[in-house]
Amino acid sequence: MLTAQNTPELMADPMAIRMVGVNKWFGALHVLRDVNLEITRGQKLVICGPSGSGKSTMIRCINGLEAHQEGTIVVEGTELTEDLKKVNEIRRNVGMVFQHFNLFPHLTVLENLTLAPVWVKKLSRRDAEEIAMHYLSKVRIPEQANKYPGQLSGGQQQRVAIARSLCMSPRIMLFDEPTSALDPEMVKEVLDTMISLATDGMTMLCVTHEMGFARQVADLVVFMDHGQVVEVSGPEAFFGSPKHERAKLFLSQILH
Amino acid sequence: METYVQSHPIPVAQPPKHASPLGRWLRHEILASPIQAVGTLLGLSLALTLIWALVDFTIVNAVWTGSNRAACAMVDQQLGACWPFIKDKLGQLMYGFYPADARWRVNLVYAVGLVLLIPLLHPRARYKLHLSIAFFGLFPLFAYVLLYGGPVFRPWLRAGATLVCFLALTCLAVHLKLINEQPFARQVRAFGLVVASIVALVVGLAIAPVFEVADRLNFALLLLCLVALAENRSPRGEDRVWAERGFCLAWAGFVLGLSCGFDIVAQPALQIIPTSQWGGLFVTLVVATTGIVASVPIGIVLALARRSSAPIIRTLAIGFIEIVRGVPLITILFFSTYMLPLFLDQPPDGLVRVLIGVSLFAGAYMAEIIRGGLQAIPKGQYEAAASLGLGYSQTMGLIVLPQAIRLVIPGVVNSFIGLFKDTTLVSVVSIFDLLGGMRAAFTDPAWSGPSILYTGFAFTGMIYFGFCYLMSSYSRLMEEHLRVDHRT
Repeated sequence: MLTAQNTPELMADPMAIRMVGVNKWFGALHVLRDVNLEITRGQKLVICGPSGSGKSTMIRCINGLEAHQEGTIVVEGTELTEDLKKVNEIRRNVGMVFQHFNLFPHLTVLENLTLAPVWVKKLSRRDAEEIAMHYLSKVRIPEQANKYPGQLSGGQQQRVAIARSLCMSPRIMLFDEPTSALDPEMVKEVLDTMISLATDGMTMLCVTHEMGFARQVADLVVFMDHGQVVEVSGPEAFFGSPKHERAKLFLSQILH
Repeated sequence: METYVQSHPIPVAQPPKHASPLGRWLRHEILASPIQAVGTLLGLSLALTLIWALVDFTIVNAVWTGSNRAACAMVDQQLGACWPFIKDKLGQLMYGFYPADARWRVNLVYAVGLVLLIPLLHPRARYKLHLSIAFFGLFPLFAYVLLYGGPVFRPWLRAGATLVCFLALTCLAVHLKLINEQPFARQVRAFGLVVASIVALVVGLAIAPVFEVADRLNFALLLLCLVALAENRSPRGEDRVWAERGFCLAWAGFVLGLSCGFDIVAQPALQIIPTSQWGGLFVTLVVATTGIVASVPIGIVLALARRSSAPIIRTLAIGFIEIVRGVPLITILFFSTYMLPLFLDQPPDGLVRVLIGVSLFAGAYMAEIIRGGLQAIPKGQYEAAASLGLGYSQTMGLIVLPQAIRLVIPGVVNSFIGLFKDTTLVSVVSIFDLLGGMRAAFTDPAWSGPSILYTGFAFTGMIYFGFCYLMSSYSRLMEEHLRVDHRT
């Protein structure tokens, strides 16, 4: 069987992610309420909102780290179901960067980067190392390749985490508050890496409170509250003249 | 406060030196307070008294020469060691009733085991994979052939034929899958390999029918393993592929060479020494090593099963662990020695039954230790692995278990040490290990007297302490090594 991404018809389909009527509950708690989103290839979304509004849960649903209970999620032409093969196919196409980096502390930086290409994509170790060094240079820390994550600063660790995702050559990158656990001086180096990734045309979904980054990079800002998407607009419109009351309040709280 | 702006940077300086380091050490660490001073003196005097008593017993008052109880008559009064007794019984204490002219076989197994084990224990050893295959795969077979006896080459042939079939089937399954998927050049190559595998399979099976039905069952089991393996091929760099191919080829060649001269192969045989004649330190080491080596994989499987999301698997694992942990080792030994044969048509050898009991017992404890380590691994590690597309076995084998086991090294070694000493319990099921052999030696009328009791227990104590101390030192070394690698 031909894989979905290789068929020309689907390559022409500009849709990277389609979420239709997605609902999710944690027990009785309704954490995602009828979420509908369409993201085309190369689009950059910044998702913001108060804590507990379902931002992280939403992007974690996209690569199946959380299972949704109602609705449809289609990623790069593959529908996300409980079928493990589908889930793994989607995960190969979708990279994810976490708030707390989640590097593997018992492996060196280089081993962190080559692990998935070697074991999941079955590349030879040599090819995987070449790709790893390419992306380490891209995030500007090739000299740290043989250190352990515990020996790096937070900003360097997060850049390694980004490079680790990129080594799987994903089509979509998800960022779950990538700078919230960093010292203030380290935020910029990580944001710079993300900006350069955006310039290369990667489809990106970022949960972040870095409004400067949102203004500079985002094509669309998605504002969530209580599990609902309450406003989606361009960054100019969102920061200049938010329409929804809750968004106005939120912006007045964070932009003094 | 007024505005302050630094005008000159402050240079880096050395820490201050003390005039008398010894005086400082005495003042701060030994005699810092009256209570500490008293404690230091009390502890020192107690330690010196004990050490002096030990030296007195083992050296000063000890008797060193002689051949019967008359020589040790005087130490019966003044508390000293009777070393001639140990010297006289040493063979029995080390080998039990293993015939004297066959003890070289035990010594050879010790020697080969040490040669393989020492480089394997070195933290930065190279060729760890090959050493592990040799130690965990080939060495037990070698030890079995040498220690038990019987036809020398037959077990190797059996294992070899099994392995050839296994490799051939793996190759076959993998390349049958590839034939459908790959471009033409690869299809041809895959087809060639399929033919080669079939030939290897036929050869392997041609050797196999020489053996009993049990071996055919073996093959069926291996076939099952294979389906799992074919799905989950491990990746390898080119250089390693060749090293491994070379290894497999050499093995296949060895087996084929043996099978060609089957008549010759059937001939050489060592005298069979039934396990009822095994004893002494030798049997202690057999039981402890088997228990230690087997407990780790059993423990890992049980720990993973206990954390599984499948309710039946989890319940079975919990039941097994709780039952095995909830009864004394003696009960398990009695059960496996005297009750197990009632359920089986062909009960295994007495020592094998004990080995199974000890392994399961140690495995249940190990499972709980490893589960402790598994619980310490943060959820983020699982999520990172999942987001990279790693499956369950890869996540566990590459990410979770390596970290979990490092965390629980002290507990694991603690369990090994406990197990090493627990092996003394096998004497209740009539296996004469080191301690059992010693107690048997006490009954010799040629030596009877109170001093041989003290001497015997002191001697066994020293041996047990030596082994346990080695294990604990090694574990400290490993912890140190793994910690250094992790932090700045």
